[in-house]
Amino acid sequence: MSPSVRLQEMIRVIRSARTQGEERGVIQRECAAIRAQFRQADNGGRSHNLAKLLYVHMLGYPAHFGQMECVRLIASPRYNEKRVGYLGAMMLLDENQDASLLITNSIKNDLAHSSQYVQSLALCTLACMGSAEMCRDLAPEIDRLLRASSSYIKKKATLCAVHIVRKVPELGELFTPAARALLAEKNHGVLHGAVILITELCERNAQTLVQFREAVPELVHIMRGLVTSGYSPEHTVAGISDPFLQVRILRLLRILGRNNDTASDAMNDLLAQVATNTDSSKTAGSAVLYETVLTVMDIKSESGLRVLAVNILGRFLLNNDRNIRYISMTSLQKIVSTDHNAVQRHRGTIVDCLKDQDASVKRRALELSLALVSAINIRSMMKELLLFLSTCPPELKSHAASGIFNAAERYSPSQRWHIDTILHVLITAGADVRDETVPNLIQLITNASQLHCYTVHKLYRALVADISQQPLVQVACWCIGEYGDSLLQGDCEETEPIQVTEDDILDALETVLQSHMSSPATRGFALTATMKLSTRITENVDRIRSIVSIYGSCMDVELQQRAVEYNALFKKYDHMRAAVLEKMPVMDRSSMGQTNGESGGGGVQELEPTKPKQPEMMVAPQPASQVCDLLDLLSDPEEPSLPGGPLGPGGAPLGPAGLMSGSAGGDLLYLLGGLELTPTPTPATAPAAVTVYDKSGVVLKLSCERPLDASQTITLTATNTSDHDVSSLTLQAAVPKNVQLQMKAPSGDSLPARSSAVVTQTVLLNNPNKVSLKMRVRLSYTTS
Amino acid sequence: MRFMLLFSRQGKLRLQKWYVPLGDQEKRRLGRELVQTILGRKAKMCSFLEWRDLKVVYKRYASLYFCCAIEEQDNELITLEVIHRYVELLDKYFGSVCELDIIFNFEKAYFILDEFLLGGEAQETSKKSVLKAIEQADQLTSTCYQQASPRITSPTCYEHA
Repeated sequence: MSPSVRLQEMIRVIRSARTQGEERGVIQRECAAIRAQFRQADNGGRSHNLAKLLYVHMLGYPAHFGQMECVRLIASPRYNEKRVGYLGAMMLLDENQDASLLITNSIKNDLAHSSQYVQSLALCTLACMGSAEMCRDLAPEIDRLLRASSSYIKKKATLCAVHIVRKVPELGELFTPAARALLAEKNHGVLHGAVILITELCERNAQTLVQFREAVPELVHIMRGLVTSGYSPEHTVAGISDPFLQVRILRLLRILGRNNDTASDAMNDLLAQVATNTDSSKTAGSAVLYETVLTVMDIKSESGLRVLAVNILGRFLLNNDRNIRYISMTSLQKIVSTDHNAVQRHRGTIVDCLKDQDASVKRRALELSLALVSAINIRSMMKELLLFLSTCPPELKSHAASGIFNAAERYSPSQRWHIDTILHVLITAGADVRDETVPNLIQLITNASQLHCYTVHKLYRALVADISQQPLVQVACWCIGEYGDSLLQGDCEETEPIQVTEDDILDALETVLQSHMSSPATRGFALTATMKLSTRITENVDRIRSIVSIYGSCMDVELQQRAVEYNALFKKYDHMRAAVLEKMPVMDRSSMGQTNGESGGGGVQELEPTKPKQPEMMVAPQPASQVCDLLDLLSDPEEPSLPGGPLGPGGAPLGPAGLMSGSAGGDLLYLLGGLELTPTPTPATAPAAVTVYDKSGVVLKLSCERPLDASQTITLTATNTSDHDVSSLTLQAAVPKNVQLQMKAPSGDSLPARSSAVVTQTVLLNNPNKVSLKMRVRLSYTTS
Repeated sequence: MRFMLLFSRQGKLRLQKWYVPLGDQEKRRLGRELVQTILGRKAKMCSFLEWRDLKVVYKRYASLYFCCAIEEQDNELITLEVIHRYVELLDKYFGSVCELDIIFNFEKAYFILDEFLLGGEAQETSKKSVLKAIEQADQLTSTCYQQASPRITSPTCYEHA
């Protein structure tokens, strides 16, 4: 009987087993037979027994006893036995097994075998499971084979070298010369392997990278040949000439062109050609286009090429094929920070993808959407994001929630909107928000004093509707405790009036206290809120007293402690109760490393008592943390000359001094306030003076007085510490259209050398429409 | 490529090729979990997913799922092409391949894969060359068998289990 039949016979028998137990029985018998066979001398069926064992192994049964048999078969002179032996080695042995070292010698011998098929087996096995040890031992052999005459061997040796370089990067130097020579090969298989090898070498060694940059023209030539060549039946896939090789070359070009102008220039034309000529109706073409786009975005390409690339991604975004849409969003994610505006154009489509059925696509769309949120589109984007939050899969909920919070914090147009958004998130996805959401929200509410009434009404309604979402309940309890009196008043202009009695409020709080859904922390909130209400309400103080005393014997230690202390407050320290339970003062978040930006006039007065040194001048109601503002400032896309940081005192010339756009928030004077509040202290003397020009000893400073709302006084001061006299000093200033400018006469127009003389000029600004303030200053003088 | 798995709709592994060194237990666990994740996906979903810290590309051909885990920088779309090329090779070799072919001739499926991919990368981009090499290797093998035992081996048919 033919040996192969016995293997297939066994497979058939195993498959016909009706239960797991029956199968196990069959396999145990077979394994016993195989073990016995292994112990016998060579009987011509060794390879088939090993094959049987490998099948059993694939089903999930242990096959350790086959390892030595693999080693023996590999050493056999017969090809069929070697073949199965090597297969067994790849399946049963990995570099962590001791037995793998035993095959090193066999591999070495086989690498020098006369038959290329035997050499091929050895190369394949080494590339699959070669350990670092084996790689070091056999690297010289591989290097020799890289120069072999047979393409068949060369292509395999190249990939083997790739594996060696991945395992032992130092050996890369050994292969570099051979790799360079391989680029001249015509055989696609060898070329493909060579490109991969060069990619690995360049990624790991900067010098090799520099060396291979010289090969860019050669690579461009090869690539051009592929793109413009006609149909070749051997390599063409869906009309694309060897897409595998094309993708590999594009990736190598990406690595070579990165951060290097010369190399990038050399490949610009080629990339444009590939981008325009590749047919993307099938996956092969799309794969090539995708790789091209990645390369274009990563090297120093011309702007026209970048636009072409982003347009390709935009086209992908509209493709019916879900895979292509996913790919497109992955790429857009990579470039959203550098080419923000270009990606913004596709916002609509991206937001639509939030509604896609597929979880992968949804995730990508969510990340992109969060990256695309800006002050301009915040309202519409938030609508979409909140809608998404209510229907999104659970694994994305917390990511979406935290993304929404960040976006809201940075760009919310008003405090009320901000609070509404956070409440909405808490109601929809309360269980998945981070822990610091609760204190953040509380602090936000405290600071929005004109919204206390509105907030507490909303929260009360939410609390009555649903007490399962812990963060929401906690915030609601806190607010009711603090602002319960506004709730009782009943009327609030921003929401529908609702009649709430003291009993209603206490009922709600008691429900929270007693519910099994409430966590211990939530109960703590509820108890404290109940206590605070004792000073805010008039009639049911006894009820509060009784609730508090009940909890004096609660099992939860934290609650018990609170209750006992509150009890004491009622009994012994009743005279202090009102003072202790007073309304909370405004909290600032500077301890959290970030100051909360204020919006609306109401916020300003709150903040002033805590920051007496630098008066805040809020002209335009703009939110967002001031630290973020400065960063926005530096990367504001509307002012391309910004990078260079004209902010710091003694920094570079201000140049076109438009420092802020409306979206980034604030105005010139807000900037000064921003400087004041950043963590790196520049201790200011009021008023702060910003250096707007500092070159060869001539310094121009700008300072402003504490203004009234619409009009401001700015003083420009020029000093000269250089060795030359300065004369004919003139200052000119320009402001946006709606702002009125009046320049007073300067105090003088010359500054002698190395003097402490000063020229000052006062500028009056009137900003009745409260537009964002920008000022351009031109300083001209002659030096001796 | 880190590894390639072929499995049936019932989750039975038909082929597994690992290009990263992992212990046996870990391979089994990883394989099992990934198979369950992919089988849980609906029909029209994306072929790409991010699972644990891996990028996974998979495609279903008839009753078999072909699944590859690739590196971070690898091109997902070209991996789909790699999978498709492998299926074409199997198809050409077995003549209209079906799952049973791969079950009963699993070692040949491995040999074909090893002639197409080496160390996780494609070694030959020409279909013709791969098939020719397999043919030659097969001839060499059957010569060895003939030398060992003079009876001619003939392909057998296998019944539906």
